[in-house]
Amino acid sequence: MPQPPAALPAPSAQAPGPLHAEGLVQLLTPSGERVGDPAWDPWVEHLDAAALRGLYRDMVLVRRFDTEATALQRQGELALFAQALGQEAAQVGSGRALAPQDHVFPSYREHGVAHTRGVDLADVLRLFRGVDHGGWDPVAHGFHLYTLVIGSHTLHAVGYAMGVQRDGDVGTGDASRDTAVVTYFGDGATAQGDVSEALVFAAVNRAPVVLFCQNNQWAISEPTTRQAVVPIADRAPGFGVPSVRVDGNDVLATYAVTAAALERARSGGGPTFVEAFTYRMGAHTTSDDPSRYRSADEEQHWRDRDPIDRLRRHLEATGELPDAFVDDLAHEADALGERVRTAVRAMGRPEAASMFEHVYATPHAGVDADRAAYERFEAAMEGTGGPTSTTTGTTTGMTTGTTGGHAR
Amino acid sequence: MPTYEQFLLPDAGEGLTEADIVTWLVGPGDTVSVNQPIVEIETAKSLVELPSPWAGVVHRLLVEPGATVEVGTPIIEVDVDPGGRAAPAAGGPEERASGADDGTGGDETSGAVLVGYGLGEGGGSRRRRGAGAPVAAEAQPASVTPAASAPAAADAPAPAPAPAPAPVPVPVPAPVSAPVSATATPARLEAAPVAVGAPTVVAAPEPPAPPAPRAPGTPRHALAKPPVRKLARELGIDLDTVTPTGPGGIVTREDVLGHSRRAEPRALATYAADDTPWLASGTVSPDGRQTRVPVRSVRKRTAEAMVSSAFTAPHVTVFQTVDVTATMRLVERLRGDREFADVRVTPLLVAAKALTLAVRRHPEINAAWDEAAQEIVYKHYVNLGIAAATPRGLVVPNIKDAHRQSLHDLAESIAALTATARAGRTSPTDMADGTITITNVGVFGIDTGTPILNPGESAILAFGAIRQQPWVHKGKVKPRHVTQLALSFDHRLVDGELGARVLADVAAVLHDPAQALVWGY
Repeated sequence: MPQPPAALPAPSAQAPGPLHAEGLVQLLTPSGERVGDPAWDPWVEHLDAAALRGLYRDMVLVRRFDTEATALQRQGELALFAQALGQEAAQVGSGRALAPQDHVFPSYREHGVAHTRGVDLADVLRLFRGVDHGGWDPVAHGFHLYTLVIGSHTLHAVGYAMGVQRDGDVGTGDASRDTAVVTYFGDGATAQGDVSEALVFAAVNRAPVVLFCQNNQWAISEPTTRQAVVPIADRAPGFGVPSVRVDGNDVLATYAVTAAALERARSGGGPTFVEAFTYRMGAHTTSDDPSRYRSADEEQHWRDRDPIDRLRRHLEATGELPDAFVDDLAHEADALGERVRTAVRAMGRPEAASMFEHVYATPHAGVDADRAAYERFEAAMEGTGGPTSTTTGTTTGMTTGTTGGHAR
Repeated sequence: MPTYEQFLLPDAGEGLTEADIVTWLVGPGDTVSVNQPIVEIETAKSLVELPSPWAGVVHRLLVEPGATVEVGTPIIEVDVDPGGRAAPAAGGPEERASGADDGTGGDETSGAVLVGYGLGEGGGSRRRRGAGAPVAAEAQPASVTPAASAPAAADAPAPAPAPAPAPVPVPVPAPVSAPVSATATPARLEAAPVAVGAPTVVAAPEPPAPPAPRAPGTPRHALAKPPVRKLARELGIDLDTVTPTGPGGIVTREDVLGHSRRAEPRALATYAADDTPWLASGTVSPDGRQTRVPVRSVRKRTAEAMVSSAFTAPHVTVFQTVDVTATMRLVERLRGDREFADVRVTPLLVAAKALTLAVRRHPEINAAWDEAAQEIVYKHYVNLGIAAATPRGLVVPNIKDAHRQSLHDLAESIAALTATARAGRTSPTDMADGTITITNVGVFGIDTGTPILNPGESAILAFGAIRQQPWVHKGKVKPRHVTQLALSFDHRLVDGELGARVLADVAAVLHDPAQALVWGY
C-alpha cells in the first residue's frame, strides 16, 4: 500500500480564507484618520488638500451619476445598469494614478475610472440604453470599451501590454513615453480560466500590466468564500506575479498602491496584481435583488465603511472642506445628473453606416463593398420613410426604425 | 397649459413582462420631483420603487394597487406644466393637426412617451397599412396636450382631422334601459328586513354601464375579424363599445357574445350602494352582486405554497390537551423579572422554546423531503417559522438558529420578526430556509386546528387559545389554564410515533417548564 510521501505538506487546516482583512494597505481609517505607512507614504505625499478635494469631487460626481443612471433604468430609459456604488475609491484612486499614455481595459462597472479618463459619463449609458456597442473613442481616452464577458479582457490587456513592449515603450526612463496597461476585473473573474491565462502570459513576458481586481465580495449572488479558500491576492504569486492587498474603500491607499504598480510596469519591472478589498453596495445590476442572498447587517457593516464618507471625514477633520466647495459640488453633481438625464432621453441610434467603421484598422475591400451595397440600399429607400429617417430617441432596445422599411 | 405625460411601466429587470403594483407613494394632486419614488412594484425578481421621470403634479393614477400590469402599460399621468396657462377652449385647428400628422386620427391620447425595453413597435414610424384602416396604436405623440382646458378633455374624442380617411366614430347610443318595475320582484321586497330601512328599487342599469373606458393607447376603432363584425351587426352591438380581450387588442367572438349577455336588460332590487365593491381592490360583477378581486402577490404565493404542500406531503395531525397553569405562572413571573423588562413574555415564547427542545430530543422531525434526489435532508439547525397575519396576507418568516437562542433572545427575535412582518418589510431571506413552524391560532380565540405544512418543512405546531377550564388536578376538579396543541407532520418521513413524541415533549414542557431544565443542553 503506497503511503503519501512524507514530503507532501499536510493540508492547511487554518487557511486564512478570502474574507480576512489582514495585510490591507491602509492610509485612511474608516473614521478618516490618516495613518502613516513608510512604504506607501512617498507615493501620496505630493497630494495636497486641493488634490484630495479633487478626489472627493470625482467620487461624489461618480456616485451622482450612478444614482441618476439607476433611476433612468427604473423609468424605462435604460435596458440595464450596473452600479459602481461603494467602489468609488477603488476606481477613482486607481484611475487618478494613471498617466495619459496608459491604457485601461475595464469590465462593465468602471464608471469611476471612465470619469478619470475624461469619458463623458453620459456616453457610458449608450451601451446600457442599448443603442450602441461602445460609446466613446478608446484610443482618445486610453480607455477600452466595456467588456461584458467576465475576465476575457484581461487577456486583451496582457496582449496590449506585450504590444507596448514591442513598441519599446517600456523602461526608457522617459516619463511621457513609458506606458502601463491596467485591466479591471472582479473577484468572480479570478475563478475564470481567462484570468489564469492572462496571469501566465503576464508573468512569463514581464508584461507592463497591472491586474487590478476589485474584490467587492460578491460575484452576483456568490460570495467570495465560494470562489476561493485563500485571499484573492494570494492567487497571483503562484503564477509568478507579485500581489498586494489594499483597502479599496481608501482612495489614498488605492492611489498609492496603483501608482507603485504602474511605475513598476512602466519601468520594465513586470506585472503586479492588486486586490482592492471593497464592497458592491448596490445590486449586481438593476435586474438583481441582493436582499435575497445577503443580510442587512452585512450591508450596514460596509455602509459604515463608505469610501466617500471616509475622505469627507478626513477633509473635515483637517479643516480642508470649506462650505463653498461642498455647495458648489452639490450643484455640479445635480447639474451632471440633469445633463445625463437629458442626454440619455435624446440618445438616438448611431448612423447605420457607422457599423462599417473600425472593423479593421486599415482599409478593407470586403467591408468597403458591404458599405457601398448598404449605401445603395439606403438610397433606394429615400423618400419612403426609409431606414435612417425614423430615429426618434424615445425608445430603448430594438424598437424603432429599420424594420418598417425592410418589411415592405 | 397643462401638459400631461404618461409613465409607462418599465421593465425593471431584464426581460420581465409584467409587474404587480404594490403601493402608490403619491396621489392625484401631489407635487412630484424628478426621481422621487412614486410607486412600489413587485416583479418576479424583486420589490422595487420606481422614481418619477418628471417634475410636476400628479394628474391621475391609471392603475389600482394590486393590479398586475404588463410592461408598457401607462400607470400614472403627470402634469409637467401645472403652472401653465389654460389653452383657449377650442384649440386652433393647426394645433390639433400637429398631433395628427400621421393621418391616423387626431384623438389619440396614447402618450407613449417611453416604450419599455423589449416592446414591439415604437413611435414615429411612417408606415401605412391599407388605406382607410388607420392603425391608431402606432401614433405616439410625445406628449398629450389637451385641446381644452378641462383635464377631462384629454379623454374626449377630438374631431377627426381633415386628412383622416376613416369615418368619425358615431357616438354610441346609450344602451336601452329596462323599464323600472317595482312589481318585478315583489317577493324580494317583502322578504327584505324592515329594520334596514326602505329598500330602494332600481333597475339594474345596463350592467357594463358605459363602454369600459379604454386604456389609453388602444385604438378608437375596434379591430375584429369579419365574421365577428357580422355577428356584432346581427346582435346590434357597436363593436367600439366592446372591451377587446384578443391578442393585439382585437375583439373576439366571445367578447361580443359576453357583451351581448351583459347588455341584456334585467331588473333587480337592490339596496342603495349594494353594488359597490366590498373590497377596495375589487371590481363588482356586472349584476352588482359579486366583488371580484384579482389574485395577487402574497395571496398568490400562499395559494401556490398551500396547494403544493397539501397535495405533495401526506398530512397527519395529532392533538393533545394540556394543563399549562405552570407555564402561565412562569410567564407572570418573567413579566416581573428585571432581566425580561425590555421584552414581551408570552405563552408563545415558552411554546417556541419547548418546540426547539423537542426538536433537539427528536432531530428527525427537523427535516425535509428532497423528492428530486430521493433523499431526506436532516437540518442541523432550527430556523423556527412563526406564521404572521399581516395587512398583505400570511407570511411565515423564521428565526434563524432559534435553537441557539436563550429565552430572552428568543423573545427579542419573535418581537422583531412580527414587527417586521406587520410593517410589510419581511424580506425573502427572512422567509427562506425555515425548518419547522409554529402557528399561534390561539390569539384568535381558537382552540386548535389542523395546520398545513410550510413547504419544505416536516412539522408545524398549532398553539391554541388558553382558557381556564375545570380540570382534574391532584384528584380534584380545579379551575386550571388549559390549552390544545396540534402537530401536523409529513407522513412521508415522519411516522406517527415520532410525531406523537414530539408533541408530547412540547406538551410536557408547557405542563411543567422545569422539564426544560431536565432536557436542556
